[in-house]
Amino acid sequence: MFHSGEIYAVVVALLFAVAAGLVGSFALMKRMLLASDVISHVALPGLGVAFLFGFNPLIGGAATLLLGTLLIWQLQKKTGLATDAMIGVVFAASVAIGAVLTPKEDLVEALFGRFQDLSLTAFLVGIAAVLIIMLVVFRFKDELILGLFAPELAAATGVKLERLNLYFLLVFSLSVLVGLRFLGALLAGSLIIIPATTGRRLADDLSHFLLVSCVASVVAVGSGFAVTHYLLPQFSPGPVIVIISAALFMLSLLKRPAQV
Amino acid sequence: MRRIRNVTPILSVRDLEIKFGSRTAIRDLSFTVDPGDSLAIIGPNGAGKTALLRALLNLLPYEGAIEWAPDAKLGYVPQKIAADRRLPLRVSDLLEAKARLLKISAQDVRSVSARVGLTPELLETSVGILSGGEFQKTLIAFALLGDPNVLLFDEPTASLDELAEEHIYELLGDLQRERHLTVLLVSHDLSVVYQFATKVLCLSKGKQCFGPPREILTPETLEAVYSAPLKFYEHHHER
Repeated sequence: MFHSGEIYAVVVALLFAVAAGLVGSFALMKRMLLASDVISHVALPGLGVAFLFGFNPLIGGAATLLLGTLLIWQLQKKTGLATDAMIGVVFAASVAIGAVLTPKEDLVEALFGRFQDLSLTAFLVGIAAVLIIMLVVFRFKDELILGLFAPELAAATGVKLERLNLYFLLVFSLSVLVGLRFLGALLAGSLIIIPATTGRRLADDLSHFLLVSCVASVVAVGSGFAVTHYLLPQFSPGPVIVIISAALFMLSLLKRPAQV
Repeated sequence: MRRIRNVTPILSVRDLEIKFGSRTAIRDLSFTVDPGDSLAIIGPNGAGKTALLRALLNLLPYEGAIEWAPDAKLGYVPQKIAADRRLPLRVSDLLEAKARLLKISAQDVRSVSARVGLTPELLETSVGILSGGEFQKTLIAFALLGDPNVLLFDEPTASLDELAEEHIYELLGDLQRERHLTVLLVSHDLSVVYQFATKVLCLSKGKQCFGPPREILTPETLEAVYSAPLKFYEHHHER
């Protein structure tokens, strides 16, 4: 009932969900969740060019993503600028440029993604990307925590904050890139944003926070694929996954907040 | 208090200048700190007290010379306000993160925590719901991990009630004796400074003074430093 290309795609997506939960948790603590939306939107012009000239959309996406990442890094360093305004501009401009560039018949796929079988090579690349994301997050977990808690304290402990921020942004963008294929440019950021927000609602300490974020993310991706495969094959999985993810967040609102 | 003259200082600062863009926060500052000293750094807001601590920690660019003795190992307790307490972190998350970075054993985390009075229950408490005094103890425990012999302390008792403040200074005094710590302390509380410090450095726009408390903490000097008459009275505590 499943063939290997489908299984590869689902496995990568589920592992990606774990990575997105982890990265999203730290992004939430860094108060940079919206940056994931900006970064994913920045991928759109790249996708557009790729569709237009018929090369692999991920390569186009990756190129503009890298650009977007460096842009955000610079924005973070020069916080004197109105970051939210800049984010707003980049966000809108990318969607507009992407919409103009992308051929009409590919626009929906570029924006919302679609389910696609994976070749063995794509599967291995996907697995490698997800493993890199997880390894980097775990390797720099302590530095990130101290940097978030009190940057001066971290610096006094020997943490190189600027370099750390760059590493984090790079894995952050890598996560968006992995999600891009099946979630699309409009929604690739949402798996970083929504499960982490759910996790923060439900947990007050780090390990539970990370755990709940990852579980919420995996549940959304897993059930999203199941729903579109068995029940609603007319829909692509991306939007369904995001809707389920948002529904989980709504459920988390039932819990009384322990603290603010 | 008379000090032996030929002790090698643990810190010498010469002709220090710190600038923020075109504004000079500190100019021509020179002083030395001997091992075991308690140096209180006082002065009005904006006089560069925190900037000085940060320069001493090498977190700020500066001109002039800051020389720490080769065996100096610094622990830093920042202003409480500089820490984000809304994060989903327990006290233990924080201490263990530093311990792993410095490759310190879990046993050391437990003994330092116990020493500053962080109970196992407090270790499992979220930093967001600690009282001011408990949070300050957390920051002190954090600084003590890695066994420093110098503590730099920024406004340790700002926004603490008197009882909590007493506790913190008692703890600091005890730690200093037990571990032969040198302490550099930014404080607004002049009576505490009088009781605690062996040397006082006052920073003020255009005027600096440095010496033992009895010489520095006179109404005349303080008035010049804070450019306003200050009510100041000596009082002594029995420990």
